[in-house]
Amino acid sequence: MTIAFLNLTWPTFANGVAEGGVYALMAVGIGLVFGVLRLVNFAYGQLIMAGAFALAYGSQWGFPNWAAILFCFGVVLGLSVLMDWLVFRPLRTHSPAVMLVATFAVAFLLQNIALLAFGPLGKSAGALAVLNAPWDVGGVFIKKIAVISFATAVGCLAILQLLLTRTPLGLHMRAAAMDFRTARLLGVRANRVISGAVIVSGVFAAVAAVMLSVTELTVTPAFGTQDTILVLAGVVLGGLNRPIPATLGGFAIGFANGILGGVLPSNQSQYLPSFLFAAVIVVLLVRPNGLFARGGGAVERV
Amino acid sequence: MTTLAVGALSVRYGAVEAVRGLSLEVKPGEIVGLIGPNGAGKSSTLHAIMGAAPVTGGEVRLDGRSLVGRKPEDVARRGIALVPEGRRIFGELSVEENLRLGLAARRRGGNGGGLKRAYELFPVLREFRSRQAGVLSGGQQQQLAIARALAADPDILLLDEPSLGLAPKVVDVVFEALTQIRDSGLGVLLVEQRAQRTVALADRSHVLANGELRLTLGPEDAGDTDRLVAAYLA
Repeated sequence: MTIAFLNLTWPTFANGVAEGGVYALMAVGIGLVFGVLRLVNFAYGQLIMAGAFALAYGSQWGFPNWAAILFCFGVVLGLSVLMDWLVFRPLRTHSPAVMLVATFAVAFLLQNIALLAFGPLGKSAGALAVLNAPWDVGGVFIKKIAVISFATAVGCLAILQLLLTRTPLGLHMRAAAMDFRTARLLGVRANRVISGAVIVSGVFAAVAAVMLSVTELTVTPAFGTQDTILVLAGVVLGGLNRPIPATLGGFAIGFANGILGGVLPSNQSQYLPSFLFAAVIVVLLVRPNGLFARGGGAVERV
Repeated sequence: MTTLAVGALSVRYGAVEAVRGLSLEVKPGEIVGLIGPNGAGKSSTLHAIMGAAPVTGGEVRLDGRSLVGRKPEDVARRGIALVPEGRRIFGELSVEENLRLGLAARRRGGNGGGLKRAYELFPVLREFRSRQAGVLSGGQQQQLAIARALAADPDILLLDEPSLGLAPKVVDVVFEALTQIRDSGLGVLLVEQRAQRTVALADRSHVLANGELRLTLGPEDAGDTDRLVAAYLA
């Protein structure tokens, strides 16, 4: 059974959906921190890289899978909190340009530490690679990891939605993303809101690290970098400050990347990122506020 | 009950001295007016009290304890609530979510009655509580901003031009609410452009010009337009 369009098959479609899900998580992770700090964290990919290395080493050291995954979460969350304390907070009152350059610096620093510590060749992703085996779904063979990635992404986003809409912390995070100054004047604690966003963002990075290291098989110091740049394009495409447009933007770019990666002949797949970025530029020229932004801000009323 | 005391307060933004040596006091159950022309330092005073403007000299004390150098959220949690200029409601959140945000400053051991009282003071908010705050009229948004400040049961309420841009009838509603808030025992510091109405309502009104206190008026001076005009032009 195939879809009668180019040589798109159901497994390719499933991979696209799964990649869209993982990218959506990353997009929301980046968007949450942007919401409260007005900071685009370019080092997000390096958090994912660190998590993937943790997973790979965990497997090599003979950790059971659950322990390796836990180790991955620990490393990513530890690094997220460290980044927050050492870089984000001290620079919070500086201009966005300063913070942007700082996250670039952190990204290159982490990447080079990984290069020195682990070498350029990278490590095999380890025991979870068995999830690349397919499930037979009515005659169509779909990779287990595709189903697991998508289900996990949906689950994570649903939990986040509950956190944002049903808890005081979530309400405070949403308010801080809209108007931090007023939120603080109402008693919303800046540090708690920022910590909340950084931790959720870190959890999503860890989930992305696990999912991506299964599909990519090898973990190198550059792991996650290109994904992050694509996700950033997707987030800008969707609208940076709002969880749902950011989710859709991340999903759209991940889905496009997955589908085109499967459909394009492999000798042309090196053009894929250029093609995606060209598409992003075109979309932004047509819709500068993002693909999924609603028109116009709130109108002041009398 | 709690007294707010501002002593010899100075606020400076770079080279601009917005407030110079201002002293005033707000006691429970009274309204203190702060009037004066644009740029007189009225809003700067409120922001300095909240810890959101740079204090370069003087003191802000709540029951004798200094608030200078504290973060805005800490000042709010000590029982001072601000109704900011331009209302600053969260238009994309519902009315109830806006009010629940006000609870962020609730103090330990608070009885949580603030939200109920806020709804009693402005019944229209209960009616519209699941609507998006951005679709309310300007007057309703102002009521929401005041209710939100009251939700955490503060001792002191600061208001920054609550009548700005409102129709005269709606201004009546807001001023009537301020009377009720005072009668419930809160201390109110009211920054206003409507000088005459403020002087008539407040227990005393300070006229500010160029960051300095020029004159203090009582309600009996409300009819004395000459004195008001003179104070503004001085």
